[in-house]
Amino acid sequence: MARFRGRGMASVNYPIGMNLGGDPSQALIHSNPDGKFTVALSAIDLGQGMKQVTRQVAAETLGVPIEDVYVDTADSDTGPHDMGSFASRGTHRMGNAVIAAAREARGVLLEAAAEELEVNAADLVTDGKGNIHVKGAPSRSITVRATAQAAQFKQGKTIAGRGIFLIPLSSVDPETGEMNPNTAFAHACLVADVEVDDETGEVSVLGMSSAYELGRVINPKMVEQQLVGGAWMGISHALYETPEPYYPNPDHGPRDFNEYLMPGPGDLAPYSITILERPAPDGPFGGKGPGEMCANPVLPAIANAVYNAVGVRVNDLPITPEKILRGIRANGGAKPQARRGGAL
Amino acid sequence: MAKVPVQFRLNGSDRAAFADPADSLLTVLRRGLNDFGPKYGCGQGTCGTCSVLIDGELRLACLTLAASCEGASVETVSGMADGPNLHPLQNAFMEHFAAQCGFCTPGMLTAAKALLDRNPNPSREDVIDAIAGNICRCTGYEPIIQAILAAARTLPAQRRS
Repeated sequence: MARFRGRGMASVNYPIGMNLGGDPSQALIHSNPDGKFTVALSAIDLGQGMKQVTRQVAAETLGVPIEDVYVDTADSDTGPHDMGSFASRGTHRMGNAVIAAAREARGVLLEAAAEELEVNAADLVTDGKGNIHVKGAPSRSITVRATAQAAQFKQGKTIAGRGIFLIPLSSVDPETGEMNPNTAFAHACLVADVEVDDETGEVSVLGMSSAYELGRVINPKMVEQQLVGGAWMGISHALYETPEPYYPNPDHGPRDFNEYLMPGPGDLAPYSITILERPAPDGPFGGKGPGEMCANPVLPAIANAVYNAVGVRVNDLPITPEKILRGIRANGGAKPQARRGGAL
Repeated sequence: MAKVPVQFRLNGSDRAAFADPADSLLTVLRRGLNDFGPKYGCGQGTCGTCSVLIDGELRLACLTLAASCEGASVETVSGMADGPNLHPLQNAFMEHFAAQCGFCTPGMLTAAKALLDRNPNPSREDVIDAIAGNICRCTGYEPIIQAILAAARTLPAQRRS
């Protein structure tokens, strides 16, 4: 009886969003009389960073401080339409919609400022600190707040912008079967080292190492956070999570999520990540989005590592000790495969 | 069933409420005293997001009868900050991105505070042991472990000053 070490690898080309019925996202931006901006979205933030990313994108495009932008994702009944938070599409689709809305709002903002300064709007620039001034003449300036108040109370003008980003429906070519399912792909490669106990069938993940290419990283800390959390979800999916672990007889299986097995803080594996940035031509500032692919390569990498360790190919998830022990028995014992590469 | 009066100290203030004898502390905190810091997660003592400190001991508010807290001192995550000054653990959780959806965060902070109150210099294993009763579905736990270890490093300096 022994513990066998194995290494597995997996690579992912991940499509950002989908277009089965066309894939639109809308954003609306308006200024308030205090010179701050509200961005209205129906994209949902469950902690994945939708609000933070769209706030950064809006502030950058408007040319105002990030503190002066508020993102409201409160209500998908009354907010502008969005297809939803899925398929890793949020940053790409909604980011582009926010850029379009912010450009239009910025245009009105500069027109209102031009009227106050009695200059041509084309000659105005923003300093990103809440001021608008004439290009090359910083002393001829007005604050965004004064501009918003003049627009609201004097000019009778709404500083606002509408934005939509649409990936149109791509139909299948009847001759060739070709279609264009997507415009942006993110990429990743992940290596996992595991140890498999041939007596208990238990798998320990010893360490993982990955490289992710995500286009422009709009918020590096949130990307890292998503990749770390997502890799844990990948381990959980690969080795633990199922409503019926006691196959083929579910009589003694879990009855609710309180008995649903997931790895805890004592089951973590050291994980090193390298981020590569290859900006997407049609992404918001080149961004694509990590999303679901944080977890995806972990599953096949662990499955490959288990095969590498004991020669058992488990084809359905999760890779439970029972499946490994049955495989070892069917093979007449653990059959370690050849190893390549050094330490992770 | 007749309501019974319950009095205890909540985050340093004397509070009183009328509770059904079967009400949990969590119910009284959230519905009676408007302290929405501790969350209702599983309601069965497995997820840990309702964690509070009762007389300094880490307890699950969903499994604690409110009536049993008579005269006790109850601390929740709502009382961790000192006015506008966040607790070092709260700052560390922000700096280390230890929250994503945030639903486990009240329990994680409370469990971490219970740890640091009795052991200001914990090892990584001590931290893992301290949060083993708290489920997180987003972060993969590592940022939470790092935040607690970082907060522990800032504590002795503060206590010296």
